[in-house]
Amino acid sequence: MSLLSGNTAMSLLSAANICVRFGETEVLHDVSLKVDPGEIVTIVGPNGSGKSTLLRALLGIVPVAEGSVVRQSGLRIGYVPQRLQIDRSLPMTAQRFLSLPERQKPEAVAAALRRVGVPETANRMLTDLSGGQLQRVLFARALLAEPEILVLDEPTQGLDQPGEAGFYRLIEAARKETGAAVLMVSHDLHVVMAASDRVICLNGHICCEGTPHVVSNAPEYRALFGLGTHGALALYQHVHDHDHTHDHGHDHSHEPHHHDPHPAKVTSDA
Amino acid sequence: MLDDFLMRAALAGIGLTLATGPLGSFVVWRRMAYFGDATAHAAILGVALALATDLPVGLGTLVVALAMAVTVSVLAGKGWAMDTTLGTLAHAALAFGLVAISFVHGVRTDLSAYLFGDILAVSKTDLAFIWGGASLVLGIIVWRWSRLLTATLNEDLAFSAGIDPRRERLILTLALAVVVAVALKVVGALLIAAMLIIPAAAARGVARSPEAMAVLASIIGAAASVGGLALSLWQDTPAGPSIVVCAALAFALLAGVGLRRAST
Repeated sequence: MSLLSGNTAMSLLSAANICVRFGETEVLHDVSLKVDPGEIVTIVGPNGSGKSTLLRALLGIVPVAEGSVVRQSGLRIGYVPQRLQIDRSLPMTAQRFLSLPERQKPEAVAAALRRVGVPETANRMLTDLSGGQLQRVLFARALLAEPEILVLDEPTQGLDQPGEAGFYRLIEAARKETGAAVLMVSHDLHVVMAASDRVICLNGHICCEGTPHVVSNAPEYRALFGLGTHGALALYQHVHDHDHTHDHGHDHSHEPHHHDPHPAKVTSDA
Repeated sequence: MLDDFLMRAALAGIGLTLATGPLGSFVVWRRMAYFGDATAHAAILGVALALATDLPVGLGTLVVALAMAVTVSVLAGKGWAMDTTLGTLAHAALAFGLVAISFVHGVRTDLSAYLFGDILAVSKTDLAFIWGGASLVLGIIVWRWSRLLTATLNEDLAFSAGIDPRRERLILTLALAVVVAVALKVVGALLIAAMLIIPAAAARGVARSPEAMAVLASIIGAAASVGGLALSLWQDTPAGPSIVVCAALAFALLAGVGLRRAST
């Protein structure tokens, strides 16, 4: 509740105490969150913790049993689904796909594909693209909607490590360029945490949330991800320090306009 | 020119394919082939009801096909095993229809007209019904093309763009019922699904975009109609099945072209 007591009117998306059930199973319990313009919010959690369900509930795909979801009216959403399974019977080039559902100018389509680094896919069938190419095409389509918020569901699943790092750089660049907020679900903690303004640790309910640093030190987070994450966290710290000292690009949490509007806090319920 | 029965037959076939090309493409993309079968087989039950109540056959077919299409959609939404459900409903509808028709006096002899079509006996009124229904379906599909296509591609993407995929699915379901009612006279209840699926599948072999596939499916369907009529005239074969035979030959030919193109 405390999350929503602030300036809810300005939020792009917000959820108040939502519960989602599939039959008898309660997948999400009493989850509240909001995303403000320009923020990068990352949801992390183990498999089956309801991460994708939360995104789908926020988008209105999955009905909520209790609580409410509010989307700013007329909100332009750029959605990148976890994976796109295309039936081989549907002939669709990347170029055509980018013009769905709104017709786009050919120049805009070409520019979007260039921007995500896959201009060569324009005339190729979606079914013939590699996993990495397809993710980038999906991202290009999301950008063409001139989104106020990008919603990404484990966008790097199935990519190798360089592909993954490249994809995150793409997201950061797009965010910087368009000022769109980013709401992202992820399981690869170290890369994501470095780029996020806020991390929400989910396991059916919100276990803890705050800045990456605060969450990574929270006992709830450590309990959820176990000892195995020490390695990942070390790597995250390393990447973070490396970027900082050598000044390769900017760490978002240090940029003035990303001054954290939400004082870091850890809400514990464990 | 409408006084010539062959001309009327050709126009009936071509009129039908205006709708079956694009709608059949969606049936193929969404893997609704069995769904089409169930709806089409229900048409026989509609015929029985219409004959028993003295209503026009087209209306009876439309109502029962609609009821079947909606029933199947609802069951699918409730998570029933679609393969088994559709298999059960499709054949049950056919069997119930055949049994019901046997109670109606005097129909038993020309039952084959309802099962395999009677395109050579198409009247001017039939022609108006066929062109009216097919134009309606084509118009709806063209009007909602982008939304239907997005919802077919991925329901979540559709939702995020403000499109309700359930509404689009319902529209396709209703369009299917209309096409079944319209196609009964042309190819009959047993072969309606063939006219939806085979031309679209044939077009897939060479099409490079969804639009090209839909248009090409209509062209292939129209050519098969004319070819089937010619075959029927020349060899005295049943017209409805001859049309489907021509469509199947087109499929084999274009599948070969597609395979060769893929291998080079």
